[in-house]
Amino acid sequence: MWKHSLLILILLPMLMQAQRRLEIGHRAAEKVIAQQDKFITPEGKGLPAGKGTAIEGKLVFERRCSRCHGQKAEGADDAALAGGIGSLGKPKELRTVGSYWPHAPGIWDYVNRAMPFKDPGSLAPDQVYAVVAYILNLNGLWDETAELNAAELSKIQMPNKNGFIKDARPDVNRNR
Amino acid sequence: MSSDSSRRRWLKYSAAVGGLLTGCTPNTNQPPGQEEDVVNLLGRVVSKYGERSPDQKITRLPGTNKHLEASSSLTPLAQTMGIITPSALHFERHHAGIPTLQEAGYELLLHGLVAEPLTFTLNDLRSFPSASQINFVECSGNSGREWSAKVSADVQTGFGLASCSEWTGVKLSSLLQEAGLKPAGKWVIAEGADACRMHRSIPIDKALKDILVAYGQNGEALRPEQGYPLRLIVPGWEGNVCVKWLRQLKVTAEPLASREETSKYTDMMPNGKARQYTFDMEAKSVITAPSGGQRILKRGYVEITGLAWTGKGRIDAVEITTDSGKSWQRAKLQEPRLANAFTRFRFDWMWDGLATQIASRAVDETGYVQPSRDSLLAVRGANSHYHFNGIKVWQVGAEGSVTHVEA
Ligand code: HEC
Repeated sequence: MWKHSLLILILLPMLMQAQRRLEIGHRAAEKVIAQQDKFITPEGKGLPAGKGTAIEGKLVFERRCSRCHGQKAEGADDAALAGGIGSLGKPKELRTVGSYWPHAPGIWDYVNRAMPFKDPGSLAPDQVYAVVAYILNLNGLWDETAELNAAELSKIQMPNKNGFIKDARPDVNRNR
Repeated sequence: MSSDSSRRRWLKYSAAVGGLLTGCTPNTNQPPGQEEDVVNLLGRVVSKYGERSPDQKITRLPGTNKHLEASSSLTPLAQTMGIITPSALHFERHHAGIPTLQEAGYELLLHGLVAEPLTFTLNDLRSFPSASQINFVECSGNSGREWSAKVSADVQTGFGLASCSEWTGVKLSSLLQEAGLKPAGKWVIAEGADACRMHRSIPIDKALKDILVAYGQNGEALRPEQGYPLRLIVPGWEGNVCVKWLRQLKVTAEPLASREETSKYTDMMPNGKARQYTFDMEAKSVITAPSGGQRILKRGYVEITGLAWTGKGRIDAVEITTDSGKSWQRAKLQEPRLANAFTRFRFDWMWDGLATQIASRAVDETGYVQPSRDSLLAVRGANSHYHFNGIKVWQVGAEGSVTHVEA
């Protein structure tokens, strides 16, 4: 008998751990997850269907972007999106989408979720593909007439794809 | 002497001492009516929500860039007291403005590599075991201008992207346990409900260790600009990962390397490679009084005070120099010294009235010593923008002025 209760004493915490749920919250519906999970991986997983060319993108850019980022994305009140390739670590460093960003699907993701600044989410997927094609074109990374889509975007090799390294801190030692 | 006039004198005396103790020129503009004895006048009635005294004027300092929705406002750390930043003065940094959100209908989604994807209302979150912790939040861009030769002129502009509050919420580990974390889950992506759906990838070890999903700040609900109704508090890590307006948590095998993890919040090294996922905020301190823009009123006793903090636990010591770095002495540390929180330090100084330089340096529980600006630059160059934690030097002039020291 007391052998049994000893066993229960030993097993009880384990059983409780296995149980573990406090039964708080509700199971998330697939629809809710699909609505919110718009993440796009560096490999391009999550990119939606759609397409566009740089020629089309130029029109979008001039209407929706250039007043803040400059006529040719050279930068104005807001960041330059083109140029600076090869300048990292040099005295005249210029960090742009072209020179600094390590993967192309990330450009699509950011423009889609955050731009244009005052009206994010207002571009249709085709317009985003087009304007990204144009930004890539201005950086010499995409042909003017070629059609950009999810598969093509995922294949683009960005100049700075190997530009990121691990945190190496603490890296500055005592200085008494 | 009538008791009234002595009371009046006492009021004036304490006002003057209060001014001296801050180490800066006292505000001599007495509010109208203060000269009159107000003690016997019947005061105002009780109220529902308190306001500070109208003669108290310290404020955050908003940025001056074109879009104030993608900007910051700095905490007046030289004027706040103790270690807690009043919620109304806690610094701001937003990428797409402050969303207007309500608790009613608000849900947090937790999904990805978990046994059961779940949504939680605010009431759900409050019914989990709760926790409160006092933690600083510091933007990794704080003190960014110290990398350049044109260092900041005062504490607010140079250090005001750091604040410290008591946060209340539920441990992220409780939510992950409830949903049943799968072994393949190595990162948690946290996303906000602001216009750009700002998000960051956080390693699972940290998520299970001490991250708080916070709904409370300093005893009440979060302020809208601090993430109402829900934000992450990631103790000791850069402010940007403390995602505000938290709406979605997704457990994944890999980080996203999205815009705020590549284009921003990465630290450029002299060789043109940038460090990524640089989460820790290393030990740092600053003398807040006497500090840039203030004035020491007379020679003799001056209380030096300031703040120290580290993202690696507790502050073990703060050392002060009052002779331009020739010697360093230990400051008194205000207890309790809490992990990943501000620690207030104080040092009794007898100023001889001569020009000198004063500075503080912090030592944390790992033995790490706050470095000089020069030694930081020697390793990282002047272009890494984030995570400046070098020693801040103030120049004291013979006439009592306190200014910054340009490099
Ligand atoms: C009203 C001005 C404005 C307009 C119009 C605008 N942007 Fe922006 N853009 C900004 C601001 C401000 C930021 C920085 C936001 C932040 O601080 O997080 C930004 C950032 C960006 C970035 C990231 C830059 C980097 O290197 O991190 C990209 C890419 C971008 N915008 C693309 C676009 C595109 C494409 C359009 C047009 C569809 C556009 N923007 C329209 C203001 C604007």
